[in-house]
Amino acid sequence: MVSSRLFRPAARLASSRLATPLRPAFAQSACAQSALRARGYASEGGVKEVTVRDALNEALAEELELNQKTFILGEEVAQYNGAYKVTRGLLDRFGPKRVIDTPITEAGFTGLAVGAALAGLHPICEFMTFNFAMQSIDQIINSAAKTHYMSGGIQPCNITFRGPNGFAAGVAAQHSQDYSAWYGSIPGLKVVSPWSSEDAKGLLKAAIRDPNPVVVLENELMYGQAFPMSEAAQKNDFVLPIGKAKIERPGKDLTIVSLSRCVGQSLTAAAELKQKYGVDSEVINLRSVKPLDVETIIASLKKTGRLMVVESGYPMFGVSSEIMALAMEYGFDYLTAPAVRVTGAEVPTPYAVGLENMAFPQEDTIVSQAAKLLRV
Amino acid sequence: MLFRTAARQAAPLRRQAFSPLTRRSVTTDAASAHAENIPQEDDKPFTVRLSDESFETYEIDPPPYTLETTKKELKTMYNDMVSMRRMEMAADRLYKEKKIRGFCHLSTGQEAVAVGIEHAITRMDKVITAYRCHGFALMRGGTIRSIIGELLGRREGIAYGKGGSMHMFAENFYGGNGIVGAQVPVGAGLAFAQQYNEQPNTSIVLYGDGASNQGQVFEAFNMAKLWKLPVLFGCENNKYGMGTSAARSSALTEYYKRGQYIPGIKVNGMDVLATKAAVQYGKDYAISGNGPLVFEYVTYRYGGHSMSDPGTTYRSREEIQRMRSTNDPIAGLKQKMLEWGVTSEEELKSIDKAARAHVDAEVAEAEKMAAPDNTDRNLFEDIYVRGSEPKWMRGRTVDETFYY
Repeated sequence: MVSSRLFRPAARLASSRLATPLRPAFAQSACAQSALRARGYASEGGVKEVTVRDALNEALAEELELNQKTFILGEEVAQYNGAYKVTRGLLDRFGPKRVIDTPITEAGFTGLAVGAALAGLHPICEFMTFNFAMQSIDQIINSAAKTHYMSGGIQPCNITFRGPNGFAAGVAAQHSQDYSAWYGSIPGLKVVSPWSSEDAKGLLKAAIRDPNPVVVLENELMYGQAFPMSEAAQKNDFVLPIGKAKIERPGKDLTIVSLSRCVGQSLTAAAELKQKYGVDSEVINLRSVKPLDVETIIASLKKTGRLMVVESGYPMFGVSSEIMALAMEYGFDYLTAPAVRVTGAEVPTPYAVGLENMAFPQEDTIVSQAAKLLRV
Repeated sequence: MLFRTAARQAAPLRRQAFSPLTRRSVTTDAASAHAENIPQEDDKPFTVRLSDESFETYEIDPPPYTLETTKKELKTMYNDMVSMRRMEMAADRLYKEKKIRGFCHLSTGQEAVAVGIEHAITRMDKVITAYRCHGFALMRGGTIRSIIGELLGRREGIAYGKGGSMHMFAENFYGGNGIVGAQVPVGAGLAFAQQYNEQPNTSIVLYGDGASNQGQVFEAFNMAKLWKLPVLFGCENNKYGMGTSAARSSALTEYYKRGQYIPGIKVNGMDVLATKAAVQYGKDYAISGNGPLVFEYVTYRYGGHSMSDPGTTYRSREEIQRMRSTNDPIAGLKQKMLEWGVTSEEELKSIDKAARAHVDAEVAEAEKMAAPDNTDRNLFEDIYVRGSEPKWMRGRTVDETFYY
């Protein structure tokens, strides 16, 4: 039995991958050590301002460069340089064999990408938005996520699904949904959701290198935002571990757990809470939805005793419901007040701006909920 | 089915009478029809002879190359197209002034399709389309002020400020779908209901050349044919699905043949008269129990895919300029109307002027409309049918829970 397992293709794939230098995804040391060379317009300590869009572009370019099995396909990714210009320049650099414009046929090209992954390639499948991935969610879940298990570990599916997810301004109900909870609930998928440029680059590279199907939930409104990027993160061996959250701001009074665009809103709210009430909030950027870094959340909760979750998805059966349930299961004794959440409202996104504002968390929503929780 | 073999040989007598036997393709000339002996009276019918390059067909006889019309109808068509274009130009301006948010897809250049269809059907027939829907909303009875009001996110907008540019609805107009291709099976469902209710009506289902490859389009074709649904599928082929030309997205760009087992008609979608003739013919075919047809309206969009797309990176400026200057549906109809003596230069000018004044007034009214009050009642209304709502819906926080 043992030997037969060894001869399974999956086992062979895994061992061959280990033999190549292509899989340092979980080796944190690789990025920490080699901070020798700074590129571009280096300011203090080699830190550079990079937009999320460029960080994603860099991650894609580096992985396409490193791994011939990797290719990207999706609508308008090649000649048009991406609907949101994330894939800008990739066609010129890597050619039409590896940067592929598909017809507008989500179910079809997602299935095709999954097939290519089953056959040993490492596709990166871009959705113009995850709202359109609803057309092909069957392929993502039934064909990609479940196959490794259904085959008893014989058949891996190394594929990355990426694209903008969640809130985008003024595009109404069919183009604004947050799917974190949908994908986060599926065993067999890994799900990451970057906020900053370092997140974007490190998580996307980790997703591409991970041997499983990984869903990368970006946000359109973040693409144009610039963040400082450390020298280490500018290197082509920079990856972030999937399943590890980041404490963006340490604090002792309140734990705010958030993801994606809401991390920035939470940080602004935390600054306001400090200034207004002298409250020290600890802001945790989840980075990864599945696996979820329960340890970091509970460790923080142990310190602060109070928990608030901020996300833009629907409240019912969502990311925040899950985190609050986990806090109950693992951290009940540390809670000094009932945990609270700020989420998207339970409504299809309206078009009119005033109503739209009421449908998603705003900074003042976060501040006032925190103040209420803390009784300040 | 009836037409398949015998008819194809016998039918195009008229075509042969006019032109050599070489293989032709459908023209996009918007001024290719002929008419003479125009009556004095505004509402007395006369016959227009369409160009023999107006249609190409697949497994079906071509529509008649003649069309009965009146001076009044031609003027109405002209007015409709001018108003539609003026409305889209207003939307363009308002978007650039940042008064319209999000996505905004304009149909400038494609007016003859929406207008031609509407003049071939009745208000009892049903229409569904994708997100390039302002013109169809107008033709289906939406007012300009309600359409522009919606774009501005106003309470008196056609969808009360909830839907925006992509989601407009009116009686027997079912949107305004933002998901590429999703409206096609939904449209087959509209026809299913017409058949179920034994109504002598058809459903017009529109999608772009980009959407034509979606799997569900073919799933809808199959059911429609299987159950002989009175549906006219119609690909508005404006040559580009976003920035991807038809040839780069579609293995077969003869979209009217893509129903395989469904007959198809390719029509000059720049010519409002040819469009009307084809749809009228298709409607008769469909409601006579023959089942669906697949139309291809050959058209062209002057602008980008949406306001954020300049529309010049994947096609040449010359191409756009050429279509605008030589194939424009409005200029084409205008030329014919003058040529036939349907109207005078002065009368056309007064139609133009009146249409412009009307649109401008409507836009001004729309700009005066109030935005919805930012109340939770406005936010949560209409998620469910009134009176059937759950007791409550949750807001962003537990305190914001809304009780109906």
